[in-house]
Amino acid sequence: MKLQEYQAKEIMKAEGIPVKSGKVATTPEEAVKIYHELGGKVVIKSQVLVGGRGKAGGIKLASNADEVKEKATAILGMDIKGITVKKVLVAPAVDIAAETYIGIIIDRKSKSPVIMVSPAGGVDIEQVAKETPEKIFMTRIDPFLGVMSYQSRALASKLFSEPDLIKKTAKVIHQLYNIFERNDASLIEINPFCTDTGGNVWAVDAKLVLDDNGLVKHPGNEDLRNIDEEVTEELEARANDLSYVKLDGNIGCMVNGAGLAMATMDIVKYFGSEPANFLDIGGSSSPEKVLAALKIITGDPNVKVIFINIFGGITRCDDVAKGIIQAYDKLSMDMPIVIRLTGTNEEEAKKLLQETKLVSVGSMAEGAQKAIELASS
Amino acid sequence: MAILVDENTKLVVQGITGRDGSFHTKQMIDYGTNVVAGVTPGKGGQSIHDVPVFDTMKEAVEGTGANTSVIYVPAKFATDAVFEAADSGVKLIICIAEGVPTQDMAKVTSYLKCKGVRLIGPNSPGVTSPGYCKVGIMPGQIFEKGTIGIVSRSGTLTYEVVHAITQAGMGQSTCLGIGGDQIIGSNFIDILELFREDAQTEGVALIGEIGGTAEEETAEYIKARFNKPVVAFIAGRTAPPGKRMGHAGAIISGGSGTAEDKIKAFEAVGVPVAEIPAQMADLMKEKLNK
Repeated sequence: MKLQEYQAKEIMKAEGIPVKSGKVATTPEEAVKIYHELGGKVVIKSQVLVGGRGKAGGIKLASNADEVKEKATAILGMDIKGITVKKVLVAPAVDIAAETYIGIIIDRKSKSPVIMVSPAGGVDIEQVAKETPEKIFMTRIDPFLGVMSYQSRALASKLFSEPDLIKKTAKVIHQLYNIFERNDASLIEINPFCTDTGGNVWAVDAKLVLDDNGLVKHPGNEDLRNIDEEVTEELEARANDLSYVKLDGNIGCMVNGAGLAMATMDIVKYFGSEPANFLDIGGSSSPEKVLAALKIITGDPNVKVIFINIFGGITRCDDVAKGIIQAYDKLSMDMPIVIRLTGTNEEEAKKLLQETKLVSVGSMAEGAQKAIELASS
Repeated sequence: MAILVDENTKLVVQGITGRDGSFHTKQMIDYGTNVVAGVTPGKGGQSIHDVPVFDTMKEAVEGTGANTSVIYVPAKFATDAVFEAADSGVKLIICIAEGVPTQDMAKVTSYLKCKGVRLIGPNSPGVTSPGYCKVGIMPGQIFEKGTIGIVSRSGTLTYEVVHAITQAGMGQSTCLGIGGDQIIGSNFIDILELFREDAQTEGVALIGEIGGTAEEETAEYIKARFNKPVVAFIAGRTAPPGKRMGHAGAIISGGSGTAEDKIKAFEAVGVPVAEIPAQMADLMKEKLNK
């Protein structure tokens, strides 16, 4: 779960990290009001969960009330990679002397958190990694021990040579790790992490991504979710414990298991059509989940045919069958449905579905071809 | 032979009284698995499908000599269940639970390494050695004893491939899902090391997916060290970047983790990659006949 910059900055500020945090405005008038409260030069930053805000024109400096109004008006309502800007952060501008990078991620290979720093801050770190990998320094952190002082000192000294800046930076590294660990984050990042002309350090931008699997331990963090940036169907899917990703094709897919769901999309494409979605009804699925899944798929106006591909393991085919029967009862499912059912309790399921008008197929490949044929007829 | 589980497996089921734990205990017993104990705190003294239930893993292992554990408890309790299993003396833990926090897994894998205990999963469908033993949630009827090892990041997609290989007249030595999460106990290379030493296994079908670079690392390993035929499939050719495709680990980020990169890495080391799952059986036949 991604947080907005202003949310990440509030958490960092509470931890003691030096942040010029500012305030959030939803109208140009509010932005001007905040400008007057802050006094001095400000930066107006669009609050959306996508990268490349600066390049898109979503970050602008302003040094008087007229400029604030003009620039906030331009940014609010602007479209950045398909997301409409509804909020801007108005924060005091920093007189930047140097821009660096500090980030913590989970590294799959070493199965641990890894802290990354780079003196090349202020640009996309993936680009730095690609073009000048020698400018990135990484340290693996033992999950039981956390960050040790020698590690933070060594990392900080890759960014600065002045003892005072090294000390201040090392402290920030510990503070970032505390936030990362305490919230079960999957990424925390300050880019750029800046020095000003007075020898202070500042988190000028902030990024925090929480591990979806960790939210169960921190129910309070659910309140930080930015619902208005999520696809409605994806939200509805999550509420029903399904995973759904909307795509652009016309073959609606309902599958059990993420790997098989991906392979089902791939096979639709392989036979020359496009899937309308990724939808995994999960492992231990109940008839209610199947009903919820079919409600989401039938709600997509692009869907011409539904392809249900179930290979039962922990999912019992009879549960799926019961859900489909309920769906026929409660939803208007007038499009053709192609179904492939095999695995646990397959026979019981087939008995239950005898009376329905489903098109039953024996394999995934046959199902995909049949669904495509029906969609184009 | 086979790997990980066989006729010597004495299984304890953690979470045996839950809906899934109870259902799959019955399925495993019907398959022929030696389920010696179950554990559910507070339900010690009961029995389920004639399997004695204990309050703690320690009691279960001391009372029955169990050497392998399978975990069906909800994700919220799974981390604790893995630690309890590791401290009880079992040498292999198979974790079915999906949704375990990633940083918990960092701690778990670090702890198990010190203890010398192997973990499969979390978010694994289990391990099946046809003819010997089935641990987990895989449907038993699709397997046939034979010589093909199958290792996968997925659950149901694994069944699809097992099914195809069985229908093509080939059987399996051991089939397992290593789990779809970012941090997992055993990776592809750990499992290939076992298949490499297993006399029953003649070839390996490997099922990867988008996200991370495990497949690329595995391709390098195969080139350097693996001497049996391998065929692969990669799920997620059509997945859009930046979206998590069900599995916590299945996400293309920053241009890395794409199906295309993984397919290229395998093809570069002579591992053919199937375009659709059923093709894996044909590719395997070709490889074995060479």
